[in-house]
Amino acid sequence: MLLWIIIRSSFQSLMANKTRSLLAMLGIIIGVGAVIAMLAMGAGAQQQILSSIQSMGTNLLMVRPAQISSGGVYGGMAQTMSVEDAVALSLLPGVEAVTPAVQGMAQVAYGNRNSHTSVAGGSVTFFQIRNFQIDQGRSFTEEEAEGLARVAVLGPVTASNLFGANSPLGERVRINGILFTVVGITKAKGDQGWFNPDDQVFVPYTTAMKLLFGQTVLREIDVSCADGVDLNVVSGEPASADPWHREGFKHDTPPPMTSIAGVLRLRHKLAADTADDFRVQSQADIIAMASDNIWTFRILLASIALISLLVGGIGIMNIMLVTVTERTREIGTRKAIGAKNRDILLQFLVESIVMSGVGGTLGALMGIGLAKGIPLIPIFNRFLTIVEPAVVILAISVAAFVGIFFGLYPAYRASRLDPIEALRYE
Amino acid sequence: MNEALLQAHDLVKTYIMGDNVVNALNGVSLAIHEGEMVAIRGPSGSGKSTLMNILGCLDRPTSGRYVLAGEDVSQMDDNAQANARNRKIGFVFQTFNLLPRMRAIENVELPLLYSGAMNAKKKAMAALEAVGLAERYHHLPNQLSGGQKQRVAIARAMVTDPAIILADEPTGALDTKTGEDILNLFKNLNRDHGRTIIIVTHDLKVADFCEREIYLRDGKIVPSERSISRRLPLEQAPPAEGRHLIEPAREA
Repeated sequence: MLLWIIIRSSFQSLMANKTRSLLAMLGIIIGVGAVIAMLAMGAGAQQQILSSIQSMGTNLLMVRPAQISSGGVYGGMAQTMSVEDAVALSLLPGVEAVTPAVQGMAQVAYGNRNSHTSVAGGSVTFFQIRNFQIDQGRSFTEEEAEGLARVAVLGPVTASNLFGANSPLGERVRINGILFTVVGITKAKGDQGWFNPDDQVFVPYTTAMKLLFGQTVLREIDVSCADGVDLNVVSGEPASADPWHREGFKHDTPPPMTSIAGVLRLRHKLAADTADDFRVQSQADIIAMASDNIWTFRILLASIALISLLVGGIGIMNIMLVTVTERTREIGTRKAIGAKNRDILLQFLVESIVMSGVGGTLGALMGIGLAKGIPLIPIFNRFLTIVEPAVVILAISVAAFVGIFFGLYPAYRASRLDPIEALRYE
Repeated sequence: MNEALLQAHDLVKTYIMGDNVVNALNGVSLAIHEGEMVAIRGPSGSGKSTLMNILGCLDRPTSGRYVLAGEDVSQMDDNAQANARNRKIGFVFQTFNLLPRMRAIENVELPLLYSGAMNAKKKAMAALEAVGLAERYHHLPNQLSGGQKQRVAIARAMVTDPAIILADEPTGALDTKTGEDILNLFKNLNRDHGRTIIIVTHDLKVADFCEREIYLRDGKIVPSERSISRRLPLEQAPPAEGRHLIEPAREA
């Protein structure tokens, strides 16, 4: 029997019972829709995170304390990185600028408005190293940066949160209750979804450490390298060092004294056979880490969606079993006029594939609609979604495969019906 | 006489139900020649359904031989049986068994699609013409009367040009008048088109329409006290309640 006749009659029987077909397909529709929407959100998040990492500036190396463990027991972060380390690093060849980087959350208030905001502490070079530009006013001076000055530069979002349309320049805001004078506003970088660089307050690192967060050691030193310099040479750690490994790198040969690792090992008086008590990470490391993270996240999302596809398949199997029972006499008649077992098998298999294929297509439309629609909803407008054509094709194919898999058993049952029994069935 | 079109030798069909062994057919032998119109009649439980299923290649005898159009079809596998049903047998059912979502012409075409025959549409149209329903080819079964449905079913049964048309109580779901029309149609197909027709029925009046009756009781063929032949003069033919059934046939 010609395949297209089977396909056509499958569509006819699909249309003959529209409500039931739609309900049977619902699981597949939701499953495929969810796969596409979730993967679109994952792809969007990936894009945002990667571009936000890149927006921090290339040529950037970040030095952070390593995790200490003795005999496999976690012992917290090394408390050895100092402001003097940062100064020492700034003298290395190939290094353009260095800033201590302090990060924390604080309550920022002006008048009766306040917001819980991220506070970044840095030196004068912080803005240049992190790729921030000053839109209005100025950044802080070296004296301010080193001298515990109570001055602040606001991100544009924080500025408008606190001041609305008024100019904040020269006004005094309270950060954790301490008064700071606003001296500048940064230029907008754009929301990155998971973190908004425009919603933060920049203060001198000395002020952040002593007055706001009470820190005596540094948790991050940012090093900006000159163009064309090999970052691995400056860092003194190989690029292949596992970005997931939070413990310090163990050197086979001591790193040169012209590298970050060499200088810090000397300053921290580390013996030759001990591991670094810090980690040097480049953008590439962080991108690899973030991509890894996002990949895990996307696989998680996709597997949740795949489970609903599976449930959808069970829905189709259920309705196909009902259909086979309902059409027992039809099957008997078809067999009596010469349909072979495999003709019947093919007919019901095609019917379930058509059902899941139509469901998959409707689901794909729904998923694309969702992916396009989510960023239009005000509270979700931070999300970026990217619908990849390959994902759409994959999702529909998986749906069709689900149709084959879950259609096989009902179709097999139909094909094995005894024609005499089937003809007698009421 | 030529080799019979349909030959059954000593057919036995045994069912085992728990500890009981039931002989539905207990040694049935019969021969039907090309161009005959035969009734298989018997009370319920006589084994006529079992015999029909075997003659229709829907079932296999426990023992015995069944030769249809020169081929032993008694112990074929499922696929070969399906093929035999498709090419050699045309079924007509009591409840018509048309596929509800298919138009008349599509229903008639269906056996040809399973055999992969050429010109399915043309042949189906010709079959519909032969049963007088050509102008309703595009109707769905639920737009047709019972008699019309059965005509479509008959067209479907003969579209593959089968060796035999096997009708199971073909008038059972029809009123008397329509039933008569259908029987006359069978008669025409038999007389004018040379179709070999076997009608399975419990109804004496239906059996009276046929040239010959095979009467079954308790799984065996027994001589029927009312064997009818077309050669019989009308006076000796069926009693009053059967007569009105015969007359239209004579006119046709």
